[in-house]
Amino acid sequence: MLEVTGLSRAFGGLKAVDGVSLTVPEGRIVSLIGPNGAGKTTCFALITGFHRPDEGRVVFRGRDITGWKPHRIAALGMVRTFQIVQPFAGQTVRENIAVGAHMHLRERDAALAKAEEVADAVGLGDRLGVDAADLTVAGRKRLEVARALATDPKLLLLDEVMAGLNPSEIRDVIPVIRAIRDRGVTILLIEHVMQAVMELSEHTWVLNQGRLIAEGPPRDVARDGQVIAAYLGPGMAERLAHA
Amino acid sequence: MTKLLALLAIFAALFCAPLVIGSEFWLNTVLLALYAALLGQAWNILGGYGGQFSFGHALFFGVGAYSVAVLQVELGLSAWLGLVVGGALAAVVAVIVGFLTARYGLRGSYFALVTLAFAEVFRILSNSVSWTGAGEGILIPLDQRLAALQFPDTASAYWALWAITLACFLAVWRLERSRFGARLMAVRDNEDAAAAIGVDAMQVKLGAMALSGLFMGLAGVFYAQKFLYLDPAIAFGPEKSVEALLVPIVGGIGTLFGPLLGAFALHGVAEIARETMGDAPGLNMIVYGTILVCMVLFLPRGLAGLGKHVRRAFRA
Repeated sequence: MLEVTGLSRAFGGLKAVDGVSLTVPEGRIVSLIGPNGAGKTTCFALITGFHRPDEGRVVFRGRDITGWKPHRIAALGMVRTFQIVQPFAGQTVRENIAVGAHMHLRERDAALAKAEEVADAVGLGDRLGVDAADLTVAGRKRLEVARALATDPKLLLLDEVMAGLNPSEIRDVIPVIRAIRDRGVTILLIEHVMQAVMELSEHTWVLNQGRLIAEGPPRDVARDGQVIAAYLGPGMAERLAHA
Repeated sequence: MTKLLALLAIFAALFCAPLVIGSEFWLNTVLLALYAALLGQAWNILGGYGGQFSFGHALFFGVGAYSVAVLQVELGLSAWLGLVVGGALAAVVAVIVGFLTARYGLRGSYFALVTLAFAEVFRILSNSVSWTGAGEGILIPLDQRLAALQFPDTASAYWALWAITLACFLAVWRLERSRFGARLMAVRDNEDAAAAIGVDAMQVKLGAMALSGLFMGLAGVFYAQKFLYLDPAIAFGPEKSVEALLVPIVGGIGTLFGPLLGAFALHGVAEIARETMGDAPGLNMIVYGTILVCMVLFLPRGLAGLGKHVRRAFRA
């Protein structure tokens, strides 16, 4: 579904993303993890057209979309959410989601109806008339997902939808994401919350300082020496092995 | 739906104004307020719904006004053709300005400054070339027939203005419940988030520019045909731009009724200030200015925002 090859982008002297290649198969939940500043969000921005890559290619649904504008990529079926939530403040939850629904629906009534249906699916059904600016953090994260979902994407890129949520809120969101996949949407997650990565994703890539250092099923990756070193510092892998 | 009914009721009442108001002076005052509402609503499409604060809307006004004047005076063509050309040309100029500003990513105060600069360039150009009458201005010969799109009395001018203004307000009513409007407000509130869910910000901005420019241009055509005289300062001067943005800011930016409220409030205040302070020259302007400052200070969302406050207070 999505094929990224040799993706690189430098900001000044800093190689934020350095030769990243990955393939996302259709119908799966996969994830991209890594410590803070590893380049995960930049990766998303490069894939979805918000930044232009210095090198590398992005192929989505068989078309080379490298250098395309974000709105065209979204129209082709790849939609991202933002780690720092970006609601249309001053507009209601219903109106926010309807903007996404309008991608395929010209009529206002149809878009509003679709918005309500999507709001129900992500658990915002009782907040339709609320101003997006008045939502809690958890609510805004759901709104991000809802707006993206309303465009009927083929591939959804979720950037840390669980960050800032408490454990019970995380428990609530996990089935929502699984339900989205069951509707036929492929999902690529960026996530810090390991519980979520372990439970949800079938395959994960680990990014550190712009480079991929490991990939595989999350449980195997979590035992990888390089990954432990990236997260906890060098030497920790050995100490854990002896403990 | 109630909004549309309210709009139609207000415009029905406005339609009756010339039948009810006997005094030429007061009918003229209502006409000027309605005219301000048209300027304000035209600006509101781009500034209120699109979040792009233009400081040079006189540009589109002037293009419309000069189009109809030059076509008649220099080329001897019909004013009705001038009406079409004036509106269309203003929309085209707006799209060009919109394209250039969007292409170079000018937002906020940079956008405001560039629009002001465009209007000033046109003011200086129209002051310099001969076919606009240069600094002397351009005089449209008197010919008070419908065929020449001129108005024998204030009432007929008023009704012509009423029709354009109604069209403008209906367009905004439609905008509020259309896909284009939803996208426009999304781009206003967060351009990146809008792009991420498939909104082409450039296309949406240009659409808003065209619509805003069109109605501003039509207002210019009306002005030219009503007063039959134009000069560069009237057509492209900053006063016109300020009037267009002041009205919705006072009335309630990004709302359907805001420009109407703002226009009548501003003209009402101006008239009252003039009536009561008539003897001391300039005092009315001081009172007017003070009231304006208070409105902006205490009603940052305009008069339309006041209504929301009251409704919320009653519900609580």
